[in-house]
Amino acid sequence: MSTTLESPSLQTSAETSPKPARPLVVALAGNPNAGKTTLFNALTGLRQKVANYPGVTVERKEGVWQLAEGAPPARLIDLPGLYSLDAASIDEQIARDVITGRITGLPAPDVIVAVVDATNLERNLYLVTQLLEYGRPMVVALTMYDLAERRGLKVDMERLAEALCVEVVPVTAKQKRGLEELRRAILAASARKGLVAGWCLSEQAERELAALVQPAGESSDRHAALRELYGDELPEDEKRRDAISRARERLAETDGNWWQEPLLARYDWIERVSREAKNDGHDPHAPTTTERIDRVLTHRLFGPLILIFVMLLIFQAIFSWASLPMDLIDKGFGALGDAARSGLPEGLFTDLLVDGVIAGVGGVLVFLPQILLLFFFIAILEDTGYMARAAFIMDRLMRGVGLHGKAFMPLLSSFACAIPGIMATRTIENPKDRIATIMIAPFMSCSARLPVYTLMIAAFFSTQKVLGFVSVGALMILAMYFLGIAVAICVAWIAKRTILKSPPPPLVLEMPPYRVPNFLTIFQTIWSRAWLFVRRAGTVILAISIILWALATFPRTEVKGGSDAAPVETARSQQSPDAIDEGAVQEGEQLRNSFAGRLGRLIEPVIAPLGFDWKMGIALISSFAARETVVSTLSIIYNVGSDENESSLIEAVRNAKRPDGSPAWTPLVAVSMMVFFVLALQCMSTVAIVRRETNSWRWPLFMVGYMLALAYLASFITFQGGRLLGFT
Amino acid sequence: MFRAIQTGVEAMSSSLANLPIGAHARVIAVNGTGAVARRLMEMGVVPGAQVRVIKTAPLGDPIEVRVRGYHLALRRTEAQTITVMAGK
Repeated sequence: MSTTLESPSLQTSAETSPKPARPLVVALAGNPNAGKTTLFNALTGLRQKVANYPGVTVERKEGVWQLAEGAPPARLIDLPGLYSLDAASIDEQIARDVITGRITGLPAPDVIVAVVDATNLERNLYLVTQLLEYGRPMVVALTMYDLAERRGLKVDMERLAEALCVEVVPVTAKQKRGLEELRRAILAASARKGLVAGWCLSEQAERELAALVQPAGESSDRHAALRELYGDELPEDEKRRDAISRARERLAETDGNWWQEPLLARYDWIERVSREAKNDGHDPHAPTTTERIDRVLTHRLFGPLILIFVMLLIFQAIFSWASLPMDLIDKGFGALGDAARSGLPEGLFTDLLVDGVIAGVGGVLVFLPQILLLFFFIAILEDTGYMARAAFIMDRLMRGVGLHGKAFMPLLSSFACAIPGIMATRTIENPKDRIATIMIAPFMSCSARLPVYTLMIAAFFSTQKVLGFVSVGALMILAMYFLGIAVAICVAWIAKRTILKSPPPPLVLEMPPYRVPNFLTIFQTIWSRAWLFVRRAGTVILAISIILWALATFPRTEVKGGSDAAPVETARSQQSPDAIDEGAVQEGEQLRNSFAGRLGRLIEPVIAPLGFDWKMGIALISSFAARETVVSTLSIIYNVGSDENESSLIEAVRNAKRPDGSPAWTPLVAVSMMVFFVLALQCMSTVAIVRRETNSWRWPLFMVGYMLALAYLASFITFQGGRLLGFT
Repeated sequence: MFRAIQTGVEAMSSSLANLPIGAHARVIAVNGTGAVARRLMEMGVVPGAQVRVIKTAPLGDPIEVRVRGYHLALRRTEAQTITVMAGK
């Protein structure tokens, strides 16, 4: 099979040199781990913005770069990392759309900068061959060539440039070397026409192709025909579609693997180019540093142990390091609320501002330290290359439930908080596998459930011990974590066979060489993701907080001292007197008579089989904004006052009575409540993030619904089953 | 060209999944179809490419191979579709 680059004289391109008035559009394209993002950051500094491409959740990174004196700064687009332009993943689809100018509001790039990793020349050049076929003006930025040289691998840049017919500029983004040369090369390329490259196929394929080329006869039409003949989709036009499927059938008759021909032709050419351009002084089989590190990190025994250790370290950090800033944020918003209350005239507006807006936003922002830390660790694991090893080690287990090895990290992150976990599912290519992962992520017991667990356990299980030293409370928490995991496995198993039916996802995963992470890149990643969270989730949370505030505030209760006497009296008379203060009583009164309180009584018949009374119903309703609010709501209901310390709430919970005088809370009710909290999706931030990541209300609403149903069912079984077994 | 080799050495060829750790081999054919086979080939696993089996994951699957100077993990089911001839 012979392959040649068509001679430049034959080539034409639709692209004309850009008009000077419009800023130049320059796109960075390259394989994952080729150093593309580092280069992008070095070129744009902080002058970049991150958004999403319309209709999808692919991150759209754009920055400005002063290319030429006196001209408007160029728009620099950082395309998602990709191996190929044959759209297998949504990232690749978007990249192809950007290159062909099919994204609204974004003209086709004037120059494409192909970022090529010198240590991995052949595979990186595959994308370059595809980019060449599109015939856009192009420059190759050769990264990691210093690293390649240290390995004894020398790339002859002139030879490479000659073979590719584009300029090749070596860059070291970290030391900002080669950026000036890159700037000049881009400007020069923008003034030239692009060259359309093609690779000769077998005689029969060329014949079929020639018959399919539209009569206009430009060589870019050959490329269009090639894409139609070998692409996944058939054209819309019926006549054309018939012609193409017949051509495919004829090709398939002579060669079952006919579709491989363009791929083989590209690699054939790449091999010849790299043989000429690469001075391979080193032994290709000598173990690399990465291989030596992997002897330990993916070792049969040490690999999993180290993975567990890394996870423990991250969790320890999240739970201990984050607590100080979380307390500060909590206190800060408390102080802000107090200041607003004392500074503003009393009234509904102040109430709204303090109890609705400030408390609501504070309730979201208090999780920011945990989320930031988690993003930080995820970014480090990704940047060093360890993430791929975690997927490698865990893939066999994840495949058991029909998921991808890459789903492991997002699920694990969800134990701290489902939000960064759900955002981390972006690395999973197949949309169905990605949604399956998103669907089960909230079953991982996140940190917001801990206040609920600890309250229930402190009230009912604190003193008991099993085998003399293991506390029942610790076992209970462990059981709740395992319950979440078990349900997640079942749901994933069922979903992958029903609503998200798709074959088990294939794993073809690059294990990138270990690299020292670039902290500028990491901080930029954290910053942009955190900002997305605060802005998008924040707006939804704000709206929900205001609604919940209104539900708890209206209608106003003016009368002091119980018009709705019966339940109030029983609740109050059981309190130890020192836990009551006048303000708290009034607050409790208000809540009981509000819409939320009425709603609580309305749902009482529904939740009674779970062991819950209407006061717990109020707490459940309010917890749908965020789980941890259940603690403050219970404080208000039991007239403890939300600022009191927790021990008085524990007393109040233990002593609370039903109208018939029996205790409202029993150990069994507490377990039923915990089971409910494990399974129900009571977190508006998660709903908002799922809405954003799946780009529709369908999935978040479905998740709220099915998780609520599961929670109800499980609590029902727990409470009724427990009673049948004689527990109280 | 490679098809000619394939018929000549049918007896010596096996699937990538059956190679022992550390074995060198040359790819003869990628027999799968669809997105996975295409992705494998895009990643450089094409007829003629040299591969070496580096290791298997702790639970026996997936396997890690070295191809074109970099490391690639793939499941055994995917590796089974790749016909190779053992040897450097």
